Amino acid sequence: MLNTIKREWFSNIRGDLLAGTVVALALFPEAIAFSIIAGVDPKVGLYASFCIAVIIAFVGGRPGMISAATGAMSLLMVTLVKEHGLEYLLAASLLCGVIQIGAGYLKLGDLMRFVSRSVVTGFVNALAILIFMAQLPELTNVTWHVYAMTAAGLGIIYLFPYVPKVGSWLPSPLVCILTITAVAMIWGIDVRTVADMGELPDTLPIFLWPDVPLTLETLWIILPYSLALAAVGLLESMMTSTIVDELTDTDSNKNRECKGQGVANIGSSLLGGMAGCAMIGQSIINVKSGGRGRLSTFVAGFFLLIMVVFLDEWIGQIPMAALVAVMIMVSIGTFSWESVTNLKKHPLSTNIVMLATVSVVVATHNLALGVLVGVLLASLFFANKIGRFMVVKSEENEPGERTYKVVGQVFFASSDAFNKSFDFREAVNKVTIDLTHAHFWDITSVSALDKVVIKFRREGAEVELIGLNEASATIVDRFGVHDKPEEVEKIMAGH
Amino acid sequence: MTQITACIDGSPGAIAVCDAAAWVSAQLQTPLTLLHVLEKAGQNGTDLSGSIGLGSREYLLQQLTELDAERARLAMEHSRIMLDAARERAQNNGAVEPKISQRHGRLSDEVLPLAEDSRVLVMGRQGMDHPDPAVATLGSQLETVLRSVACPVLITTGVSFRKPTRFMLAYDGSEAVERVIETYADSSLLNGVECHLVMVNHTGAEQVAKFEAAQARLEKSGFTVVPRQCEGDVLSILNDYQFRHQIDLIVMGAYGHSRIRQFFVGSHTRNMVSHSKVPLLLLR
Repeated sequence: MLNTIKREWFSNIRGDLLAGTVVALALFPEAIAFSIIAGVDPKVGLYASFCIAVIIAFVGGRPGMISAATGAMSLLMVTLVKEHGLEYLLAASLLCGVIQIGAGYLKLGDLMRFVSRSVVTGFVNALAILIFMAQLPELTNVTWHVYAMTAAGLGIIYLFPYVPKVGSWLPSPLVCILTITAVAMIWGIDVRTVADMGELPDTLPIFLWPDVPLTLETLWIILPYSLALAAVGLLESMMTSTIVDELTDTDSNKNRECKGQGVANIGSSLLGGMAGCAMIGQSIINVKSGGRGRLSTFVAGFFLLIMVVFLDEWIGQIPMAALVAVMIMVSIGTFSWESVTNLKKHPLSTNIVMLATVSVVVATHNLALGVLVGVLLASLFFANKIGRFMVVKSEENEPGERTYKVVGQVFFASSDAFNKSFDFREAVNKVTIDLTHAHFWDITSVSALDKVVIKFRREGAEVELIGLNEASATIVDRFGVHDKPEEVEKIMAGH
Repeated sequence: MTQITACIDGSPGAIAVCDAAAWVSAQLQTPLTLLHVLEKAGQNGTDLSGSIGLGSREYLLQQLTELDAERARLAMEHSRIMLDAARERAQNNGAVEPKISQRHGRLSDEVLPLAEDSRVLVMGRQGMDHPDPAVATLGSQLETVLRSVACPVLITTGVSFRKPTRFMLAYDGSEAVERVIETYADSSLLNGVECHLVMVNHTGAEQVAKFEAAQARLEKSGFTVVPRQCEGDVLSILNDYQFRHQIDLIVMGAYGHSRIRQFFVGSHTRNMVSHSKVPLLLLR
């Protein structure tokens, strides 16, 4: 226990402190940008990012992963904020946290194995596109100054790291923000700044119970939002933790992460912040900067708060163009460009799943719906593929007697083909159906077999089934236990 | 219960572990497995530019993988050489069929499956993080291992190991110590080693009777037993006794109490292990 704490918190102090600081600097433009997407004051997003990062550092299941206010969540809140206001958003965030804790106890984190690779890619790409699209309002109907500043900002972000020495020590998004702000202030260019977007925090967050009537009516308003927030938050957190697992070659506790996300969101909502989740881009930046332990997440949140509370005057001066540049970088960095080149290499069904996920999300602005569609499509394609693993061979033993040998998987997707493989028009006295090498996976396949038997009987044939019991052993739920390989082998082998 | 497992690493104390393991293997006529767990080194080079661009995730993964791969290859080669040397040394010292095993991960996790199948687990008091094995400190993973394995653990101290000629058994009448006696009385591990049965601060008639029964039990199994009763501070008396009678192995039960209790009142086992100058044989 003590050892675990030592390992997860203090095994990489220097790296975590540095990486946490870099992440904090990258977090704050995002927190402001995501508040603006959701339609709330920047302070809501900043408080949220602080609370979530600090709380998840203690209760999360994936050390080194960064959680804060995120674009995916903000996009879901837009209509709630517009129609009912901030207090309902806080209540929805609270309920979202409760749902997530429940999901953690129900071990829904394990369901992630049903989300295939192409759905994850689609999710990530859709997220990147949405973040990019959210920047467009800042770039329409504005003077040329804004375009120039955004372009210059992007230039700094991508070129500064190539400056020898300083380049790898100063976070380039910070340099971008500082330079653009300085330019705007020195020449007094009149562009929209962060201060124009709403209130910034000037104090530490304080405890606040969401000011909503505790009625059923309130529940019905917030519940759909809370469910969507909980689902999207968990999805993105699980995906991010998989990515961090992969990058750092270590394991994480997915169900603990679910509960942790819930606790963090409850904490955030009670301190005046909105719901958030794990951030793919920030977590990559954290790992890239050398962050590995829980300390990095904690430092990111803590430093963000210090920075924001003491520098609020200055932060208000930052032109929105600088933030837009940072957010464009985030969206470019989040997008999986590999997936575009992979379109040619991957099979059509995989591409359809990926593109369907992306288009549903872009159309509905709801990542949960996109993932649902993606998972459904992927399962259908899979069922279709496995359904082809079925053949029925037939041979005539002697005149008037025929044996059908069924080989392969019989279930809802292949039962039609199963029915069609029998020749009912042939006049035979006796039919033997040999199921020794077949597996019946569901009730559909059994009723298909029943139909076949009845049909043959009606034609006046006597039907004998061989190996039905063994073939139908796979119908029961939980038939195979994967820690008992010999059991699975017994069922899967030709009985 | 088919093998002896010895935890070898690159620390100066590894030679002692190797020799002790060879002795145990020869005493019990049981095959020896020399285990080295390759732990992942800390973090890789840092880039604080904080920007992510086209395909930066794929690039980062590739970069981290290459660094890890290079490091792991070298570590594995190094470990192989070390284990081969240890095997040869153990073979020369009479170990039965020594074989070697390499695992990736943390020692405290990787040793468990092996320990389940082991008659004795041998490990050093400190690992690579403590350059001087003579300094009385506990390695960071030792306690975790001691608390999680069920088989006896032989802990070596210092850089060398001598075949024991006298062992000391601190008797306190507890269930733990009775279990220790039952375990070793019928085992060939301590064959030919003189037993010093020491009881501190227990003067009641009942305790003395139990003490004498324990002595009789050991003598029946063929041990030469030197009984001794004294009073005073347990730790200093035992250390003092060890020094004056040239005891070269301490046998004891380990961790009779929970971690919580240990946190508040300290642990007898922990004190003994960290201050001992001779190897200790612990039974959970």
